[in-house]
Amino acid sequence: MSKSDRRGVTRRALFKGAGLAAASGAVLKPLEALAKEEGASGPRVQGPGAVKATLEVNGAKQTLEVEPRTTLLQALRLPLDLTGAKPVCDRGQCGACTVLLDGEPVYSCTVLAVEAEGRKVTTCEGLGTPENLHAVQQAFVDHDGAQCGFCTPGMVVACAYAVAKHGKDLTEAQAREATAGNLCRCGTYPHVLKAAVAAAKEG
Amino acid sequence: MARKVTYLAGIEGAERELTVEVHDLDADPWPLGAKLKYVGTEVPRLDGVAKVTGVAQFTQDVNLDKMAYAGEVIAPHAHAVVKSIDASAARAMPGVLAVRTSEGKRVTYAGSSVAAVCATSREVLADALAAIRVEYDVQPHAVTVEEALKDEVRVSPRRSNDTAGGRGGAMRRGNPDAALESAEVKVEAEYRTAIQTHSALEPHGSVVSIDKEGNATVWASTQATSGFAGGRLLRALELPRGRVRVITEHMGGGFGAKFGAQSWDVLCAEFAKETGRPVKYLLTRRSEHLVGGNRPDSIQKLTLGGTKDGTFTVLAGETWGTSGNGRGGAGCANFMGYTLPSVRMLQHTVSTFTARGAAFRAPRHPQGFFALEGAIDAFAAKAGLDPLAVRMKNDPHPVRQIQWKIGAERIGWKRNHRKVAGSDKGPVKRGVGCAAGRWSQAGRGNWSVDLTIDSSGHVIVMNGAQDLGTGTRTLLAICVAEELGIPPATIDVRVGDTRYPPGPGSGGSTTAPSLGPAAREAGLRAREALAALLGVEWKTDSEKVTLEDGVFKGPGGKKATFQEACGLIPDEGLRVRGTRRRNYDGYNRETAGCQFAEVAVDTETGVITVERVVAVHDAGRLVNTMASRSQVNGGVIQGISFALYEERQLDENLGDMVNPTFDTYKIMGMADCPQIDVVLTTVVSGFNSIGMMGLGEPATVPTAGAIASAVYNAIGVQVRQLPMTPARVLAALEGRQQ
Ligand code: FES
Ligand code: FES
Repeated sequence: MSKSDRRGVTRRALFKGAGLAAASGAVLKPLEALAKEEGASGPRVQGPGAVKATLEVNGAKQTLEVEPRTTLLQALRLPLDLTGAKPVCDRGQCGACTVLLDGEPVYSCTVLAVEAEGRKVTTCEGLGTPENLHAVQQAFVDHDGAQCGFCTPGMVVACAYAVAKHGKDLTEAQAREATAGNLCRCGTYPHVLKAAVAAAKEG
Repeated sequence: MARKVTYLAGIEGAERELTVEVHDLDADPWPLGAKLKYVGTEVPRLDGVAKVTGVAQFTQDVNLDKMAYAGEVIAPHAHAVVKSIDASAARAMPGVLAVRTSEGKRVTYAGSSVAAVCATSREVLADALAAIRVEYDVQPHAVTVEEALKDEVRVSPRRSNDTAGGRGGAMRRGNPDAALESAEVKVEAEYRTAIQTHSALEPHGSVVSIDKEGNATVWASTQATSGFAGGRLLRALELPRGRVRVITEHMGGGFGAKFGAQSWDVLCAEFAKETGRPVKYLLTRRSEHLVGGNRPDSIQKLTLGGTKDGTFTVLAGETWGTSGNGRGGAGCANFMGYTLPSVRMLQHTVSTFTARGAAFRAPRHPQGFFALEGAIDAFAAKAGLDPLAVRMKNDPHPVRQIQWKIGAERIGWKRNHRKVAGSDKGPVKRGVGCAAGRWSQAGRGNWSVDLTIDSSGHVIVMNGAQDLGTGTRTLLAICVAEELGIPPATIDVRVGDTRYPPGPGSGGSTTAPSLGPAAREAGLRAREALAALLGVEWKTDSEKVTLEDGVFKGPGGKKATFQEACGLIPDEGLRVRGTRRRNYDGYNRETAGCQFAEVAVDTETGVITVERVVAVHDAGRLVNTMASRSQVNGGVIQGISFALYEERQLDENLGDMVNPTFDTYKIMGMADCPQIDVVLTTVVSGFNSIGMMGLGEPATVPTAGAIASAVYNAIGVQVRQLPMTPARVLAALEGRQQ
C-alpha cells in the first residue's frame, strides 16, 4: 500500500489550526469562528468536548462518545478494548496500528474516530478468532511470522489486504510492498513474506 | 551425589567424547546423534495464535477500571538547572489527580524528567503536560566524545569523564611492542560506529495497581520479571517484594534495555499510592529514543600485524566511546574470536551529557567485530591474500572452521568474490564479504521449573521468566514434551509472573540454556511420578515402568497411554519440580558463527543494497529450529540496520536528539530486507543435559562486519564508519574519509 492510498484528513493537519491545548478553552473561539466563516456547507465543526460517533467495527455497530481529537486507534483500544492495533509511533511511521477502513488499510493513528463515522472498520481481531483463524493468521502461526508479536496485528492486517487484493497469485514482491509501511524490530520480515504468500495460495 | 557419564559431544566432523560429572538427579546428557522426537524440530510457537489474533495482552494493552495515566515533562537541554516551574494551570484542570515538579533539579541529559502529571484520561494528561511552563538555566555541556575530550569543555556529569582502563578497558598479552616491531605486514586504520537506540516497538513502562488489602500488581514491559521489583519501586510502594506481583504476559521487545524498574515505573507506583487508582505509564516514542537505552558509539584505532603468509601476530589499539552519563562501559570486543598472540588495547569510556547507554544485543560485539574484520580485510589486501583464507588460518574454533566452508559454499565465494576489489564494470558494483562472530553462554544459575498434571492429562509448566518473543514458552514445552512423550502443543506453559518459580532476567542469551535443562528435568520428574502411580496400580516397582513412544510399559505386557496414566492422578493433582544445577565441563565455551554478505553498491548515488546474507550459527543443540531461524533473521536484520541506517544524531549546541522518530531514525524496513539463508549447525555443547547454548546475541555479531567486507570487495575502498550512508560511501570513493 502506498502512502497516497491512505485516505482522510490527517490528525496533524487538523491540529495545525487548533493547537494542542484544546481543553484550555482558548481553542473554542477559533473553532466557533471557523464554523461561522465556513457556513453550513463547510467542514462540520465538532467538540472540543465529547461527541457521538457511530461506526461499524468488526461487523458490529458501535456508538462512541469521544473527543474529536481522539484517533481511531485510541478509540479502538479504549473504550472498545480492541487492543490488537498498537500505538508505537502515533504518527503514521510504523504501521503497528494498521486496520482496514472500508476495506482499505489505514494507519489508525492518523485517522480521527469521528472521521470513521458510518464507515466499516476491521481490526486484526475482526479478521479471525483463535478458534477460527483467517488464512493469513494461520500462515503466520505456521511460518513463525511473529516474534515478540507487537507489530504482528498490523502486519497481519496489511497481509490480509494484500491477499484480498491480489488473490492466490500474490507474489513476494507484492507482499513486500503491502508491508513496506510496517516496521518490525524483531526481524520477522522473511517469515512474514513466506506467510503472506502461503496464505494467498491457501485461498 | 554425582555420577560420571561419558558421551559424544561437539559437531559432526569435530566430535569429541566427554566425560562429565553430573548430579544424581540430573538427566543423562543427550549425546550427539541422539534420536529425539521433538527437540530439534520445527515447532510453531505456543502463543502464536494469541499474537496473530490480537488477543495477546502486552503491558501497553492493560486497561483497568478507574485507571489513571501518568506522563512527564522532559527537559530539552543536555545540561541545565530548573529555575522555575509553573504548573498552576495544570493543577487547576479538572481530571488532574496529581502533579509533581522538580524545581532546582540539575538536568544532565536531554529527556530527563522535570515534572510529572497523573490524570484521569490521556486527553487531560496531554493538556496538563502542555500547560506546564519550565524555565531553565542552561549550563555548558558536551554531548559527543570529541567535544567531551576537548580541554576547554572539560565538564562532566561524573567525576571523571574518561574511565580509560576501567572495567575491562585495558588489556595486554604477549609482547605487543616487539611483535609490532617485527610484523612483516602491518595495517593501521580508524573505524567508527554510531549510537544505536534499542527502538523496541513496545516502549518501557508499567501499570501499577494496589488492591484493597494493600498488595500491589505491576504489569511491566520487562526482560526481568522475577527481579523487576527492586529497591526504589519497593520503597515507593512501601511493600516487601513478596507483596508485589509482577506480570509480563507478553512483551514487545527489549534487546537489553529493559531490566529492573526504572524512574518511570517508580513514578507509576508513587502516583498509584497517592491517587488510590491503578496508574499506567509507557514512555512516548521520543522518550524511548532519548532515555530508553542505546548502544554506545565507538572510535576504534586498530593496528593489526602479522607475517607474510597471513598469520596474525599482534593487535594494538585504542578506543573511545560514550555511554552517556551512565556507569556502563563503552568498550569494543575487537580483540576476540581470532588467535592473536600479542594484544595491547586501551579502551576509554567517555562521560557525556546524554542519557545512559544500556546493554544492547551482544554488547561491545557488533562494533568490535566491524572494526576487527575491517582490519583483517585490509591486512589480507596488503599481504595479497584471500581474506577468507586469512580468517580461516587464524581461527582456532573447530566449529567455525566448518562454518566458514559452509558459508563460502552457499555464497559462492569462489565465483562471487572479486579477486580485484571494485573491478566490476559500470556504476553498480557487486561484491561479497564475510565476518566471524562469537558469544559464550551455556546458561547459568540454579533455576526451577514447576509442572502440574491433573487427571485429564492437562500439563502446566511454570516459570517466572518472560518470553521476549524468543520463544521461551515453546522451548519449555518442547523440553518437557521430549521427556513425557506428548506433543509440545498440548502443553500449557505459563511464564512472566512472579507467582511462578523465579526465572533469570533475559540478558546475555541466557534464558534458553538456563531454563531448558530445568524444564527437561521437570518432564523427567513428572514421568517418574506417573511411573510411580502405575507401579502402585500394576503392583510392581516403578523402576520397571518405562515410557517408549508415548506409551508406559510394565512387566507382563502391561501398557498405558499417557492419558490413561494421568487417569490415576488423584483430584488433588500432581506437582513436580525440575531444577538446573551447575554446568558441566563442556565442548567449547565459545559459540561460533560467521556470516557472508553479497551487496550491490551504486557508486553514483552511494546507495548500498544488501542482496543476500548467509548466516551460519551454532547455538549448541537447537531445541526449536523454527524459532532459532527467527532469532537469526532478527540478529541479521538488526545488524544490517546498524550497518546501514541507524544513527542517533545529537545537536551539539542544544544537546538534544534531532531524530527521535521512526521517520528520522531509520530502522530497517521490509523493503530493504535481503534474502537471508540461515544455516544452523548443531553442536552438543556438553555444558548441560540438553547441550544448549544461547543464540539471541551471537546472530547479530558478524553482520555489520560482513556487509562492510562485501562493500570493500565491491568498490575497492573501505567505508570505515557506520552507518554506511550514501554520503559516507561517496566520501570513501572520493578518498575523503578521515
Ligand atoms: S502507531 Fe500508527 S503508524 Fe505507528
Ligand atoms: S515481532 Fe517484535 S516487533 Fe515485530
